[in-house]
Amino acid sequence: MSNLLERIAKCVEFGKINKTTPFPPDMKDQEGADELTEKAIAEGVLAIDIMDKALMPAMERVGNKFSENKIFVPQMLISAKAMNAAMEHLKPFFQSGEVEKKGTFIIGTVTGDLHDIGKNLAAMMIEGGGWDVIDLGTDVKPVQFLEKVKENPGSTVGLSALLTTTMVNMEGIVKELKEYDPSIKVLIGGAPITEDFKNKIDADFYAQDPQKAVNYLKSLVA
Amino acid sequence: MIIDGMKMKYNKLVIDQPEKLIFGSSPYPVTTARGLEIGGGIVYPELNFTLPPISINKSNMKVITNHYREIVSDALERAVHLHSSGVILEFETLIEMTRYPEIGVELVKVMNEICEDYFQKEGLKSEIRLTPNDIRDFDNPPKMRTSIYLDSMLELFDRGSLAGSDLLSIESTGGKEYSDDSLMNCNIKQFIFSQAILGVRDMKMLWGKIVEIAEKNNKIPAGDTACGFGNTAMVLAEKKYIPKIFAAIVRIATIVRTLVAIEEGAKGPDKDCGYEGPYLKAITGRPISMEGKTSACAHFSPLGNIAAACCDLWSNESVQNIKLLAGNAPTVYMEQLEYDTRLMNQAIKEGNESILNLQRLYVNSDIYYDPQAIILDPKVVIEISKEIVRGKNYIEACVNGCIKALDIIEDSIKNGTLITDPMEEVWFDMIRNDLLTIPKEESEFVEEIMPTLDPSKVILSEYGL
Repeated sequence: MSNLLERIAKCVEFGKINKTTPFPPDMKDQEGADELTEKAIAEGVLAIDIMDKALMPAMERVGNKFSENKIFVPQMLISAKAMNAAMEHLKPFFQSGEVEKKGTFIIGTVTGDLHDIGKNLAAMMIEGGGWDVIDLGTDVKPVQFLEKVKENPGSTVGLSALLTTTMVNMEGIVKELKEYDPSIKVLIGGAPITEDFKNKIDADFYAQDPQKAVNYLKSLVA
Repeated sequence: MIIDGMKMKYNKLVIDQPEKLIFGSSPYPVTTARGLEIGGGIVYPELNFTLPPISINKSNMKVITNHYREIVSDALERAVHLHSSGVILEFETLIEMTRYPEIGVELVKVMNEICEDYFQKEGLKSEIRLTPNDIRDFDNPPKMRTSIYLDSMLELFDRGSLAGSDLLSIESTGGKEYSDDSLMNCNIKQFIFSQAILGVRDMKMLWGKIVEIAEKNNKIPAGDTACGFGNTAMVLAEKKYIPKIFAAIVRIATIVRTLVAIEEGAKGPDKDCGYEGPYLKAITGRPISMEGKTSACAHFSPLGNIAAACCDLWSNESVQNIKLLAGNAPTVYMEQLEYDTRLMNQAIKEGNESILNLQRLYVNSDIYYDPQAIILDPKVVIEISKEIVRGKNYIEACVNGCIKALDIIEDSIKNGTLITDPMEEVWFDMIRNDLLTIPKEESEFVEEIMPTLDPSKVILSEYGL
């Protein structure tokens, strides 16, 4: 059983989605995360063990390698695809409540800003960290964040901006969210953001890169 | 409508020898209203600037106008003090200034009055390059041809040029809704689809309209840039998100779409901020603006010196109007650009040997360190440009250029003239394999890509497909 979990973890870490996918070349024609997860469930491996002992540790290693500049984004993305292939088999267990997500994370690029590369990376990494991610897209108005928070009590929010003239829009969003629920955690990120700005607008965390956002969220549920 | 074999206008180079691809001179200089001859033997600074963190709305227009007034007055005053031969001021609008063109127009008017004042009182020649930002992607998915935002952009071009802007430019974003994912996945085939099909089609439509406005108002349709594509890749590579080799090939892949502006009637100077400029200069003979070390205020790059090798304008990309020790940042950058160009212009005064010596230093100081620098070496620019114009259509031109660039980069690593991180090298084969499987006809390429297109993100009919 542990061998299967190790193999699933390896597939996710190195981006082997299923038997037919050519990447990585040294795992060509081998079973991928898709087939191995199906096999593990058939053999009675607990879904929560697949999640906690294979998928999440593998994605954490991927995140760390990325933070240490040992892999590029496309390699991280293919790992995320391998994880998603495995997660498809775990869906029924999430629906039954046997396995639970770490929480809900709502993310979006703020009003007036259309840049989304950094936001998308953060969303993907956070999803890989076991969170249910709701991506509101770009040019997201304060009311859209608030509505989604109301629909998802206890959720955490992430705001992204790339421009000096749109980062200022974060302040109003943080204010509205905190007025609605003072305990809500809001993290922010983007090229012009600084720790001082985070403090000024009363946000809770400034994530310099996607992995730092994952680590912060992990600390919230530890 | 798919047009197989859509041909490029250029099938040979206007500049076909590297020693002719030099800074300050281009075969077709452009003369502005106040008499700046760009590409006519002097390199001029192009100052770019933006606001510090501030909300933009009609209620705080006074504060915003004062920022722009201060930026231009202080920068031109410094330029006079430094005996500048002339200055281009690039006004790249922010979202609200384009969405509500009256804001952008008012700011052009204010800045142009200051330019005219310095021209009358001090004899300083300056011009405003108006660059409305492309806001069509506020529609989701973007409506590249039918968006109301396109109307705002064109209105700003029209009224802004009448208010005093002599040069019209844009960083257009046709294909960006498809290219961002291809960059993150390092998928060169999908990226080339975004450039050689979506980008080319959008450029033909958009630049046809910009040239029409410029001709109507007796202004200069200057040029475009693939900043949203090539520079996005460069910045991602600087962050080590994607391989530098991939970013270098992406840069080559952007050339054909930017070339379309000139095919449609743009005269130059091509806009800074995309580094495809040297290729445009070689292919078309039109002057270009470039940015390098003096644009570190806006973004990092591995091309600080080599970017100057054949520029006609030298830019700082963008700097916020914030206070530094010496003065406000745009004034500081005015001085830096002035000294950069003063050195180039001294070389020009001394003659061809000095020009080529200085160019050699610019080139050789950068090419060892990054594949994105190697492809800006004038010798390499000419080699790759020849491959590009050999293409029978935009797709083939694009692929030809990318394969040649890949060969040159790979050879440079093998012969020790380029250092690289071993984790980069595995990408050569993957990129080459993708390039070799790209269909050369538009219809086949569209057919192959169609299944991967998400209709919630890309509307092909907005590209005439």
